[in-house]
Amino acid sequence: MDNLLLWTILLPLLTAVVCALLPVKVSKIVAVASTVVGLLLACLIYERFIPEALNGFQMVLRVPWITRYQINFALGVDGLSLPLLLLSKFIMPIALLASWGITNHARVLTICFLVLDAAMAGTFLATDIFLFYIFWEFVLIPMILIIGVWGSSERIYAALKFFLVTFAGSLLMLVAIFWLYTSYHAQFGTYTADIASLGYIKFSTDPVLWGLTAQEWVFLAFALAFCIKVPLFPLHTWLPDAHTQAPTGGSIILAAVLLKMGTYGLLRFCVPLTPDAFARFSPIIAVLGLVGIVYGAWVAFQQEDAKRMVAYSSVSHLGFIVVGICALSPEALSGAVLQMVNHGLSTGGLFLLVGILYDRRHTRKLSEFGGLAKVIPWYAFFLVLISCSSMGVPGLNGFVGEFLILLGTFQTHPLWATVAVSGVVFAAVYTLVMLRAVIWGPVKNEENLSVKDINPREAFLLGVLSLFIVWLGVAPQSLLGKIKPSLDVYWSQNSGNRETASVILPPRDSVEGEAGPRE
Amino acid sequence: MQVVLFGLILIPLLGAILNGLVLRSKHTRVAGGIATACSAACFLLALSLSLNYFETGTPLSAALPWMSAGPFVLNWGLRFDALTLVMTLVITGIGTLIHLFSIGYMDEEKSPYRYFAYLNLFLSAMLLLVLGDSLPVLFVGWEGVGLCSYLLIGYWYEDIDKANAGMKAFVMNRIGDAAFLLGVFICYQQFKSVTFTEMAHLTATSNSLSVWWLEMAALCLFVGATGKSAQIPLFTWLPDAMAGPTPVSALIHAATMVTAGIYLVARTAFLFQVSPDVSQWMAYTGAFTALFAATIALVQKDIKKILAYSTVSQLGLMFVALGVGAYSAALFHVMTHAFFKALLFLAAGAIIHGLHGEQDIFKMGGLRKHFPLTFLFSSIAVAAICGLPPFSGFFSKDAILFAALASPTGDVLLWGVASLASLLTAFYMTRFYLLIFFGDYRGEAHPHEGSALLWIPLAVLAVGSAFAGLVGMPHGLHMLPDYFGQLLSPVLPAWQETHAFLGEIGAMSVAVAVAALGIGTAFVIYRKGTGTGEKLARAFSPLYKLLLGKWYIDELYELTIVLPFKALCRFSSRIIDRAIDVTVLFPARLARVGGTALSLVQVGAVQVHLWIMVLGGLVLLWWALRGLVV
Repeated sequence: MDNLLLWTILLPLLTAVVCALLPVKVSKIVAVASTVVGLLLACLIYERFIPEALNGFQMVLRVPWITRYQINFALGVDGLSLPLLLLSKFIMPIALLASWGITNHARVLTICFLVLDAAMAGTFLATDIFLFYIFWEFVLIPMILIIGVWGSSERIYAALKFFLVTFAGSLLMLVAIFWLYTSYHAQFGTYTADIASLGYIKFSTDPVLWGLTAQEWVFLAFALAFCIKVPLFPLHTWLPDAHTQAPTGGSIILAAVLLKMGTYGLLRFCVPLTPDAFARFSPIIAVLGLVGIVYGAWVAFQQEDAKRMVAYSSVSHLGFIVVGICALSPEALSGAVLQMVNHGLSTGGLFLLVGILYDRRHTRKLSEFGGLAKVIPWYAFFLVLISCSSMGVPGLNGFVGEFLILLGTFQTHPLWATVAVSGVVFAAVYTLVMLRAVIWGPVKNEENLSVKDINPREAFLLGVLSLFIVWLGVAPQSLLGKIKPSLDVYWSQNSGNRETASVILPPRDSVEGEAGPRE
Repeated sequence: MQVVLFGLILIPLLGAILNGLVLRSKHTRVAGGIATACSAACFLLALSLSLNYFETGTPLSAALPWMSAGPFVLNWGLRFDALTLVMTLVITGIGTLIHLFSIGYMDEEKSPYRYFAYLNLFLSAMLLLVLGDSLPVLFVGWEGVGLCSYLLIGYWYEDIDKANAGMKAFVMNRIGDAAFLLGVFICYQQFKSVTFTEMAHLTATSNSLSVWWLEMAALCLFVGATGKSAQIPLFTWLPDAMAGPTPVSALIHAATMVTAGIYLVARTAFLFQVSPDVSQWMAYTGAFTALFAATIALVQKDIKKILAYSTVSQLGLMFVALGVGAYSAALFHVMTHAFFKALLFLAAGAIIHGLHGEQDIFKMGGLRKHFPLTFLFSSIAVAAICGLPPFSGFFSKDAILFAALASPTGDVLLWGVASLASLLTAFYMTRFYLLIFFGDYRGEAHPHEGSALLWIPLAVLAVGSAFAGLVGMPHGLHMLPDYFGQLLSPVLPAWQETHAFLGEIGAMSVAVAVAALGIGTAFVIYRKGTGTGEKLARAFSPLYKLLLGKWYIDELYELTIVLPFKALCRFSSRIIDRAIDVTVLFPARLARVGGTALSLVQVGAVQVHLWIMVLGGLVLLWWALRGLVV
């Protein structure tokens, strides 16, 4: 029980149970306190994470679960999951505090958030494929409740759409997981659900159905689930509805963490487990990512609802991350991982800002605002700062990620980078138009004259977010340096040269005593 | 000593934070005092660094880690060499004067802390731009100054037009920035490094570089420079940027930020040296921009618009110099232009301030009586920009014109176009001068000279405008050595003079004649006020309207780029996105429609169910017995 990773999952779950028994007001405080402790736990994990340890996962926990089939409750952290764990633990108290004003079934909402917290941590930390799948699906349950119960007017439609679309993709993934699991057994005579070990499966190169090989089918099943979650163009239409209808805290989590589950999945499963299929299909995915970058920005430009605008901007931003993953160059890989965190901070911040305005004016229509810089100057300050982060102004976090992604992509695919770089221009267009609509110009609507500036709670949340936005812009090395060796190994393993990789990386079974391949 | 370099950036940054986030003083003198103190501290720091450089002759550098990814390592690296020295002194020196001027100019502001915070932030970014030792660090400053420019143009944001002007500036700059980024990526692809010293070294020594890619890099960086330095085709934001407070126009949109493009090209001269085609395009783009902007300036009536187009035109001349390889001449003109154009803008500011916001020069006239000091200083600046010897502009413009003619990559056409632009410059600046200061007063406002805070900076700039040219005297005159060129020679490549049909003295004489012709013509037309000019405008009505309408370039862009872009966005949002949504949800809708159809059968009435059962039974019976019956 002294495993830190385990506690990142157990703590929110135990807190959820405790919260169920406490009065509403106390439960809120307890929940926030618990998520702050969770954040400290994540910081401790960051502190104990040894960059130079090249043998895959660290702080490994493996509790036998279904022993007959070698399915374990197995957790571990590496350079891919560490930043996302930090992000999800960092965003959680912010989301809870952003939902502070909700009085309708507040305790249940708190519990939903806590369960979500546990499920997200589990998704990023699971090293057992079935455990991963359970956490992955479990995330959906609190999330549809948050959207469906505490959302805006169209909440039921949005919640159902969110659930159906993402769940449809996930089911195919489950089929692929079973296929991998049984293939491993067929090839090596033992069962394993260890994600890394599944990478040893030798795929036949014969087509099995419609001219595609088994590996390609497995890849497509995984990729569909992940690309829906990202969301990749043209699978993105659930996102604007879910975002717009969700309460502020839900939107923050959805944008900051849930979308990253998709890009994380691509890196964790598609790239290492089905490398040949990835090599074959990655240009298609990259092109869809490129379309997403440009198209997302265009559509964002047209939105009249502030939340929808931010939602479409996410489609554009996530496009960069997907392209960075598909480029498979070490710079783009680091950039993509960093950008997952950056997007979480900046878009989380934007949703928080839209929420603050919604609390005061009960509308998100951009045309309802205007001239707010005069009325609420501190709000305007944070809106400008976080918008700058979102459109990648250098000196702030967004630039570092985008820059590394584009720099790396250019080294392998100059054309992709050239198209993607246009997104930088379009991002400025829609972001500045939004700024103009909200804070610049004269105050046309009299209702805006009495809007109150941010209160201390909101100022604290925005301040903390801004602090990290600046921090990761100026000194991203504190995170990049930590994960660099791990990502370098990941890259050398997956850059098409798997033989040299095994020299760098000792076989997984010898490290963990995992039931490895018997060759 | 190295840490001091970071001080240059951090001092104004702290000033900005202090003003903007901590004190938020509503007293112009408090906010302005802090900002000016920070700026002055930077100037003193820059001065001591410069003295140190003169003593030791070695550049200073400092670095802190920024990011690393795979093989890519990037530092917050700063480097103080001769080129940075020149830029830093110009930025902090003129910056401090303009900060001082702003205290007088912005005396009636409700939120001066915001203005001065932006101004300090700008200084910080601009210094980072010239101190950065690699392309990405330069880019941080590059976008930083763009952001400050956006915020300052839209400083009076309650006027939506001003907010729009800021937005236009940012977006147009972003187009250039995207190209800049591509340039960085190409450099990394070729050199595996993005620091200037390493790239320059590799260009000179390595033979594994692709010349084609290097040319592409040069082209991309040049496109970036056209955005920041307002060259064709990305120049239309600069005239609109005049919506900002006038001291901002002086500092950002005349003296410093808009010269960042020139600085970039000079800094990456090693790339342009191996890209003769790109250099040639650059020279012609510059020459054409210089002429084009000058024609527009001929007929404008807004005091700041005239100066704005004049800036575009002068920047064009600097690009001519860069294009023909006369990098030090370009930098020389950057310096002298910073003096006289900042002076002109501040003088315009003093006049606008004294006339309570009047900006139309046709509603001025005779102001030399009301603004004697401003008149005196403006006279020097006008003489300098027209290119009269021995004022500063004469030497720097002459250096450019001569290089355009006598450089191996220069030619008569370039020289001719640039000279024509100079002719027009002399004309419209004289018109500007005569209409403002001579004749009878045509306005309504009550004019008054401003406080000492307003004219002291003008006086200092006037000294610079008059004498700054003496540090870069041409060899042909055999009077003083070319100190400026010598200072920059370790950083910037020199150009070799080839034989042209005019020698240095000859070219100089032609330049003076050209200036005199421009001044003379303007004098003839505008000697007696606006009358003759208006007659000419009526006589050449179509041409006049074309120039007054700025060749309708804004309208052209609106029609060919902005409107189609908006239509595209609307189409994406309203048609494509709906279609995708309907398609994705099709299975769900199918299930719903199917369910609804089947539920028609499940009505819940026993009779109906019985009937259905009987019918079903009959069908089954028929199916079972069909073989028997037949």
